[in-house]
Amino acid sequence: MNVPKLSVQIRDLELHFGEVKVLQGLNLDIGEGEFLVLLGSSGCGKSTLLNCIAGLLDITDGQIFIKGENVTWKEPSERGIGMVFQSYALYPQMTVEGNLSFGLKNARVARDEIKRRVARAAAVLQIEPLLKRKPGALSGGQRQRVAIGRALVRDVDVFLFDEPLSNLDAKLRADLRVELKRLHQQLKNTMIYVTHDQVEAMTLADRIAIMKGGKIMQLGTPDEIYNRPQNRYVADFIGSPSMNFLEGNLENSEFSAGALKLPMKDYPFLNGGASNGETTIGIRPEHVITGELVGRATVQASVRVNLVEPMGSDTLVHADLGGDQIKIRMDGHSKVRSGDDLAIGIDSRRASLFDKKTEMRL
Amino acid sequence: MDSAKRPNGLFRNKSAKIASIPMILTALVVFFGGTAWTVFYSFTGSRLLPKVKFVGFDQYERLWSSHRWMISIENLAIYGICSLVLTMVLGFTLAALLDRKIRFENTFRTIILYPFALSFVVTGLAWQWILNPDFGVQAVVRAWGWESFSFDPMNNPDIVIYGILIAGMWQGTGLVMVIMLAGLRGIDEDIWKATRVDGIGLVKTYVQVIVPMMRPVFVTALVIISSGIIKLYDLVVAQTNGGPGISSEVPAKYVIDYMFKAQNLGQGFAASTMMMVSVVIILVPWAYLEFGGKKRD
Amino acid sequence: MTDTSPLSAGTAAMTGPRGAKPKTRLSRRNIFLYGTLLLISVYYLLPLYVMVVTSLKGMPEIRMGNIFSPPVEVTFQPWVKAWSEACTGINCDGLSRGFGNSVRILIPSVALSITIASINGYALANWRFKGSEVFFTILIIGAFIPYQTMLYPIVILLREIGLMGSVWGLVLVHTVFGMPILTLLFRNYFTSMPEELFKAARVDGAGFWGIYFRIMLPMSLPIFVVAMILQVTGIWNDFLFGVIYTKPATYPMTVQLNNIVNSVQGVKEYNVNMAATLLTSLVPLVIYFVSGKLFVRGIAAGAVKG
Repeated sequence: MNVPKLSVQIRDLELHFGEVKVLQGLNLDIGEGEFLVLLGSSGCGKSTLLNCIAGLLDITDGQIFIKGENVTWKEPSERGIGMVFQSYALYPQMTVEGNLSFGLKNARVARDEIKRRVARAAAVLQIEPLLKRKPGALSGGQRQRVAIGRALVRDVDVFLFDEPLSNLDAKLRADLRVELKRLHQQLKNTMIYVTHDQVEAMTLADRIAIMKGGKIMQLGTPDEIYNRPQNRYVADFIGSPSMNFLEGNLENSEFSAGALKLPMKDYPFLNGGASNGETTIGIRPEHVITGELVGRATVQASVRVNLVEPMGSDTLVHADLGGDQIKIRMDGHSKVRSGDDLAIGIDSRRASLFDKKTEMRL
Repeated sequence: MDSAKRPNGLFRNKSAKIASIPMILTALVVFFGGTAWTVFYSFTGSRLLPKVKFVGFDQYERLWSSHRWMISIENLAIYGICSLVLTMVLGFTLAALLDRKIRFENTFRTIILYPFALSFVVTGLAWQWILNPDFGVQAVVRAWGWESFSFDPMNNPDIVIYGILIAGMWQGTGLVMVIMLAGLRGIDEDIWKATRVDGIGLVKTYVQVIVPMMRPVFVTALVIISSGIIKLYDLVVAQTNGGPGISSEVPAKYVIDYMFKAQNLGQGFAASTMMMVSVVIILVPWAYLEFGGKKRD
Repeated sequence: MTDTSPLSAGTAAMTGPRGAKPKTRLSRRNIFLYGTLLLISVYYLLPLYVMVVTSLKGMPEIRMGNIFSPPVEVTFQPWVKAWSEACTGINCDGLSRGFGNSVRILIPSVALSITIASINGYALANWRFKGSEVFFTILIIGAFIPYQTMLYPIVILLREIGLMGSVWGLVLVHTVFGMPILTLLFRNYFTSMPEELFKAARVDGAGFWGIYFRIMLPMSLPIFVVAMILQVTGIWNDFLFGVIYTKPATYPMTVQLNNIVNSVQGVKEYNVNMAATLLTSLVPLVIYFVSGKLFVRGIAAGAVKG
């Protein structure tokens, strides 16, 4: 069980607020040094789960282990975690140095040791010139660096991030994202990171847990989540613009929706291809083939373009496929216009099939 | 501590519970216990000292057949209704005037609000002097040549309560104005722009758009004024001490006089229980909506 | 058409509609507006003015003239008498005694009530436990219940602990009755502070008191000032509790003032009475004029309770 070594284990976690079940029957194993992202829309319970791991919320039932030790009822400061918050949560009346050392002073760490650790964290995050300043005099990016530093000085194995980049503007967010990734490569700590931003999730994560209604919908690597979503919710949630869905029927490994007939012989069925019946197919806009490659696709079709959204690097084309609206992502140079007929191709290996009733992947 | 086991609920959050002991004692012993105690003893024949000698509703029967209590109730009703209506109307009008982006807004506000910093005793004594029939407003107007002018609330039992009303309004309108002004400032600038674009007149805008939007502010002001009205005591003691005769008595004064001067505790308890019952009927539904429904997050 | 340089945009704007700015300064509406406000200001200032001029006149002048006329001969004798000679019952040492008592009541009352209420508010905002909201609700409802129903039980309680009639008994009473509004004030303030700050401090290992003293207190100076203004004016102006829970030797200033002015013995000295009234108002008035906006914030906050 301990190969690879586990850093955080969550067993049958339940959290109820009165009648409302915020988290239900949650199990999660996080490996040592892993970067795990909890992803979901607001209210899915991702931040709540993080607060439970931190010990900031008393759970209703279940157990939490950190490095093999049961910490379910331990104080947050005794769990060996550091935490970074969305609003930075820096103590406004203390200097940066005071902020970094507050936790260590509470833990009665020797003064020399505090100095050493603060200096090291400041060096790693390149905030040495700011140590004597108060948070009010810092920019957003600098504040978040200090907030990370506060977790860093604690010398802990598990870092918890609660939407740490959400309050930053887009450019700074991208910069800090890269820095975080670099930091993880350097420190090799376990990091649990909550976000609603899928780009952050995809770029940072070793594994992503997509949550909805207090449950984990899928846990997997970014590649798995993106290319092999386990259910329709995950398929729809991940990817922007979102996946095209067409309702149809699956019979003898052939999917049909209206005039479209798509042989699914090459599709990696989970149960070996025995499924039949009402089925939904999902195709990402970027997986709809256009141009010269159309001929090599599993099946070809013609669509009527009704709206074009040029986005610079790409062009998003909205088109009509036998009565269904689909989105197609083309490159930025395409000269398609509204009203054109466009030849497209679909590759069965890059599509996803879902049972219409259970919404689970076939 | 074995961290695998759920700790005993009683000891979780121990410091917070210890720190809340004064609050818990105040809530349970003084507010809840004290009120219950008074209600309980209002059914006894206690005179100088509280005694458990039940007399049923005797105290209440005596209370409601007491001439002085009826006058107190009548006075409180007149004072209450007048001050409620006038304070609301005046407070809102003043706030609306100050909200017209005028110059010297701060000066005007300071002038209208300063009486609120003064105690009721000071207010009562000041107005007692101004309304003094021999030297005050009546004398001055007569000296100006209007010999038949008569306004002597300090001597005239029929209008004495209006003399107290004038003083009470002088002290309290500023507060309502400030609350209303805060409410007006909370209204989105775009609403004003929209009514101007739509060509709605100023008065109509206030009556049909602004006032309905300020409903919560009006409710707050209403609650403040009414809970102030029922406590009316110091002002009366200072300005008229219930006189002339018993013509300006109020319930709060009735209670205190019976409890601490007339050595008739039972009567005082019964009267105070009546006061509490009336407040409970008016305020509890409001307090429930205001504080019961609000939760963090 | 294709020229969209800023220059041409600028000239376009300059050829737009122009004209003299409409005159608004002395419109009829403004005359009405300022006229009304001036009239109202006179009503509000008049009592203060009358008090001041009366206190500066001699008694003969008061009997002769009208109360609005300024003093012909200014005298400070009434002020001196009100402060150090005016009689209440057997004591003839003026209001100075009441002033001393009020100060001795005020300082511990303000300190104790604010300390307890701020801790209550902090516990209610950040460390809620089972039942804490129930106690708080009782507290708030208690604030609306007329004091009259609790007056006598408190007399008994104070007698039991031997504080009836003493300054400290009254301090306790002020702390108890100030608790609802102040607790509400602090609770709302601490609730409005970012919750993540509190979480961060807990991860940093600070406990109930550590967070209160190290994180919350340094951040809540403004609300403490507001609470202080609220309490200083409220306690200084109190009459009801003073008259019931103290004895003549410990009467606060308001009670003594009422006794001086409304005493039935002797000739009425209106100038001394008005000087005494003004002396009693001095502390709250100074606070009002010095604190300005904060006072408004304080009463607006306190107003929620009433």
